[in-house]
Amino acid sequence: MKWLAIVLMLGLGCSSALLGVLAALPAWAVQPDEVLEDPALEARARELSKGLRCLVCRNESIDESNADLARDLRLLVRERLVAGDSNDQVISFVVDRYGEYVLLQPTTKGANWLLWAAGPLMLLIATVLGLIYLRTRARAPGLQDTALSTEEQDRLRKILDD
Amino acid sequence: MAADRKATIHRRMITELGHFALILAFMVAIVQMVVPMVGAQKRWPGWMAVAEPAATVQFLMTAFAFGALTWAFVTSDFSLRLVVQNSHSAKPMLYKISGTWGNHEGSMLLWVLIVTLFGAMAAWFGGGLPPGLKARVLSVQASIAVAFFAFILFTSNPFLRMDVPPFDGQDLNPLLQDPGLAFHPPFLYLGYVGLSMAFSFAVAALIEGRVDAAWGRWVRPWTLAAWIFLTIGIALGSWWAYYELGWGGFWFWDPVENASFMPWLLAAALVHSAIVVEKREALKSWTILLAILAFGFSLIGTFIVRSGLLTSVHAFANDPERGVMILFILAVFTGGALILFAARASALEARGVFSMVSRESGLVVNNILLAVGCFVVFFGTVWPIIAEMFFDRKLSVGAPFFNMAFTPFMVLLGMFMPIGALLPWKRGRLGKAVWTLRYVFVLAVALGVLVWAMQTGRGGLGPVGLMLGSWVVFGAMVDLWGRTGRGSGRLRRLTRLPRADWGKSVAHAGLGVTMFAIAGLTAWEQEDIRVTQVGVPFDVGAYTLTLEDVEQVKGPNYFSTMGTVLLSQGGHELIRLNPEKRTYPVTRMPTTEAAIDYRFLRDVYVVIGDEQEGGGWTMRVYIKPLANWIWGGALLMALGGLLSLSDRRFRVAAGARKQPAGVPAE
Repeated sequence: MKWLAIVLMLGLGCSSALLGVLAALPAWAVQPDEVLEDPALEARARELSKGLRCLVCRNESIDESNADLARDLRLLVRERLVAGDSNDQVISFVVDRYGEYVLLQPTTKGANWLLWAAGPLMLLIATVLGLIYLRTRARAPGLQDTALSTEEQDRLRKILDD
Repeated sequence: MAADRKATIHRRMITELGHFALILAFMVAIVQMVVPMVGAQKRWPGWMAVAEPAATVQFLMTAFAFGALTWAFVTSDFSLRLVVQNSHSAKPMLYKISGTWGNHEGSMLLWVLIVTLFGAMAAWFGGGLPPGLKARVLSVQASIAVAFFAFILFTSNPFLRMDVPPFDGQDLNPLLQDPGLAFHPPFLYLGYVGLSMAFSFAVAALIEGRVDAAWGRWVRPWTLAAWIFLTIGIALGSWWAYYELGWGGFWFWDPVENASFMPWLLAAALVHSAIVVEKREALKSWTILLAILAFGFSLIGTFIVRSGLLTSVHAFANDPERGVMILFILAVFTGGALILFAARASALEARGVFSMVSRESGLVVNNILLAVGCFVVFFGTVWPIIAEMFFDRKLSVGAPFFNMAFTPFMVLLGMFMPIGALLPWKRGRLGKAVWTLRYVFVLAVALGVLVWAMQTGRGGLGPVGLMLGSWVVFGAMVDLWGRTGRGSGRLRRLTRLPRADWGKSVAHAGLGVTMFAIAGLTAWEQEDIRVTQVGVPFDVGAYTLTLEDVEQVKGPNYFSTMGTVLLSQGGHELIRLNPEKRTYPVTRMPTTEAAIDYRFLRDVYVVIGDEQEGGGWTMRVYIKPLANWIWGGALLMALGGLLSLSDRRFRVAAGARKQPAGVPAE
């Protein structure tokens, strides 16, 4: 039942969330005039762009998006890189301006540890439960391979009793 | 003129009849929901027998309604609001037909049509089912149909009229006017709804309080069929995104995609755990839970896509009333089933005994990895909402998270799969299975190292992907070969193996192919963005491209800027490609039509952009190695499922009660 509550939240949350209308327009993304001269810097810019969200799109990175705002952000990222910022500096510059909503890969700060730990934790729980189950199966008394149904067992009993 | 008007009246008659048939089907579904269930509880054969004809009538009525709606689209009947909003007289015929389900109302009608189709098939082919179980299954199935009939008739009626029919329609979203996408929703729905059969069987079994080997055998073909449809549907959607959206992405971890991926993962788990129920009478309550959850995730998928709460190309509805109603349906069905499960699960006692190392435990590992993977996808999808509600943080969870958090489980799955598949039932030895795979391991490592040596200055993703992929593929081959026994005549015996054996190996190999392809494409893709002048060649990788010409072309319902690009390699002309940029005047939406040279080992993907002020055109060229292999692997998985589905044991046993002789020799 808990996950039902979560789904309910999903519904409520989505309606309040900022969701733009620019859906899946043909992505035109990085334009030739944006590309930096230095291939190493450009590669870093691309890498960073892939992790930054286009704020007016739905689940698109600025690297993929053809929205004007995405282009502005791409240029901003390149500007910072040319100015000599490290990757982390660029990211924190963008996050300071637009909030952590801009990060497609959420941080591990605060409650987000739960998000990152959810998979491994669940794997651990599932493994323990699975091992307990397998142990009970391995130690269950008697090998009832044929697995007769109750009716069949009843019939068999009758036959044997006769 | 008179004949013309008569034709129009006829056409509208059909629409009215369709509407009427839909209401009738709703009535029949209510009867089918109530009468057989009461009959099964009271053991009244006459009442139970109502289910079969009711299921048939319900299906025929719904099919007629759907046919009438399709007819309205085909004949462009603009007295129907739905047709006006989603069609245009100049639209190609294929898209007039696919327009029937390319919108909210029509797609829900398709949804319920498939619910009734599966119900009718259970009625027709379920001859061997015990009457009580059959009546209950059909009753539960009808209750799902009732909910969706009510949803359609009260919130999303496709048969609403226009007061004043306009002269022409508003056309279908041009992104949806595509052959790949025309068939993407029907397949996905066949998958989603196919899981309703597993759900109905699970609930019926819970009401009966009995799950045995025969139950496992009955529920498996339905789940397998649903899984096959989901596989094809997801692959079609992904392929569409690849060639249509203009940069060759094939998976975006979008909530809507996740919505289809979660049921797929659970259906895959369910297919495997039902084997354990069938062969070993264990994992019963887990299998029942999986069946409930798998359909629950289908409903969540429908909710996410249909509620219109996520704005995208997928969301045609923007009506919160609908969202609330689907949410209500979701709550009633999954909530109700889970409560029933909590009350009854303890009655399902396992019988089979097996050791810690056995096929059974291998399948438990499979289920853990698939279910936890599904959980990660689910948690990531809903985390932004949780974070906002409870922690007051507005954040995004995008592709980078899912790539990092989900992939490890699939890697583990790939590593375990060949070993688990080789373990015998009841009791096995890990060492023996691993020893059988020693050559596969050596081969996989050798291939990985070879590729690593051949590529220079690139990461380990490609080689590791190849290692994992070939481990899975060759492991599946060794598994199949091992089934032919010893001595001479193995090749002959190979062709005579049960189709289920072939199906298993083909599907497993398909997963390996897809894993390798995803890793390879991600690792070895090349991209080139530039402004190019007409007639000036440029190089990308080993290829030379020349934009020879750009012309304006008029299509049936669009205008296009079409480039002609010559692709050559080492001085040899390979092909001329025609990338396009289209504008659909009615919806005023632009689309890119990438031109792709499909080859076995790589695609060359060409996109044309805007004309530059200083002359020339922007062009993007991608070399995408192994792109086809991604969907090729998915097709192999689906083919493997089909092979299993056509196995004699299923055809015979679709209904037949299991003989007391017990577990068939494997």
